[in-house]
Amino acid sequence: MFHFNVVTDWIDEFLHTYLLDGWALFIEFVLIGLILLTAYAVLALILIYVERKICAFFQCRLGPTRVGPLGLFQSVADMIKILLKELIKINKVDPLLFRLAAFLVIIASICTFGAIPFDKGLHVIDFNIGVFYLLAISSLGVVGILLAGWSSNNKYTMIGAMRSGAQLISYELSCGLSLMTIIMLSGTMQLSVIVEQQDYAWNIFRGGIPAVIAFVIYLIAGHAETNRGPFDLPEAESELTAGYHTEYSGIQFGFFYLAEYLNMFIIAAIATTLFLGGWMPLHVPGWESFNEVMNYIPPVLWFFGKTFFCVFLALWVRWTMPRLRIDQLLNLEWKILMPLSLLNIIFMALWIIYW
Amino acid sequence: MKMIDYIKNIALGIWRLMQGMYVTLLNFIRSKVTEQYPENRGKVFPHERMRGQLVMPHSEANQHKCTACGICEMNCPNGTIQIATKKELDEETGKEKKVLDKYIYDVGSCIFCALCTTSCPHGAITWSNNFEHAAFTRPKLYEQLNQEGSSLMKKQKTNS
Repeated sequence: MFHFNVVTDWIDEFLHTYLLDGWALFIEFVLIGLILLTAYAVLALILIYVERKICAFFQCRLGPTRVGPLGLFQSVADMIKILLKELIKINKVDPLLFRLAAFLVIIASICTFGAIPFDKGLHVIDFNIGVFYLLAISSLGVVGILLAGWSSNNKYTMIGAMRSGAQLISYELSCGLSLMTIIMLSGTMQLSVIVEQQDYAWNIFRGGIPAVIAFVIYLIAGHAETNRGPFDLPEAESELTAGYHTEYSGIQFGFFYLAEYLNMFIIAAIATTLFLGGWMPLHVPGWESFNEVMNYIPPVLWFFGKTFFCVFLALWVRWTMPRLRIDQLLNLEWKILMPLSLLNIIFMALWIIYW
Repeated sequence: MKMIDYIKNIALGIWRLMQGMYVTLLNFIRSKVTEQYPENRGKVFPHERMRGQLVMPHSEANQHKCTACGICEMNCPNGTIQIATKKELDEETGKEKKVLDKYIYDVGSCIFCALCTTSCPHGAITWSNNFEHAAFTRPKLYEQLNQEGSSLMKKQKTNS
């Protein structure tokens, strides 16, 4: 199995042989930052294309087909357009908060993106509270959304931001609780260790029924956290024009847009890492030849395959369900998902003890 | 009892969710309805009852059925049809008779209501499927439906 740490170790050694330690570290930091930002933007473009295609297919359309072969360059053209657009000055906004909000949202998203283990060596920060870090930093985005709604001087953005705040903070709970069941199973919060543990059975198989319940709850709650699909109340077009980012234009709107798409990817990536074995290939204990064949597929492909499967699930639900009302949304969280995930934690504890 | 209902509701909700997702998955797999028009030009076959353009069918002997009665012209709600007539000597009776000279049809103002074809007593005009009407100037939208030198189709004599 080829792991990316070979490449990263080689670069590290190469830099250290020619440079002082401090300079080598500095260059590595810059490289990591550049690669991370590029990957972020490229992934967003791919996701926008994939989303438009899949949405079109669900509606029996073909989606973008004109720009480039199969419409592949459509999202690139959209990106160029959004970069060239004017930043419109809105009357009576709070200028500092208005500008800060877009940055807060995208910073939270990028920081979360950095902590995802793509492969053995493709992992920017790997420390012993990885899952905790992911949860903590990804919920920073709520602050940005609330600020955006508050500072825009517009009632629609205000309502959107308030709905978003209620929704994100509520669903954070069952999101965290369902991740907690998996942390109980693996006994660690370090993402690399969690992935290594799933060598022979992914957590969703290892944990049995409670892990499956936790996976479903996590998918629902995570889906709600990305403000999409049946839970897109904060930006419901038919009610609130565009919710909290109504007044934004140009690259500031682009930031919200990027963060929204990448949050979808990040939620899917966390689900992949914790439930579906991260970059681990599918191994079945006992079937040695099957495992050998699976090892030939590079781990990065495994990771992205599983992640895009989760993204597809999210889009599938999005085009199946109508939008929820705000009270139905909060009922679903506080009366169904949270009690279920609390019970599930007890169930998981019993499972660990008696299985 | 309430607890049982609660659990039942959750299970029912999941079942309904799966039912809905099954339906959308079928739509996802289904063949797509989008026509990529300029690429498949000539391969698009609209429904044969589609009203694309008014035409006057002519027989092999360059004969049409229009008697220039003018009912279509009167029925047309926005003056799309203009009929010009001329007098011509009938060989059998030796009298002068009104025949069709020019049947002018303007696609630009036609609303495709089909009042002309339904009211035509002889079935002289029908619809064709041609839908590519775009032109650069308005006069190009005017069209003469009867061909040059065409004449009225002789009535089929039936022995009764």
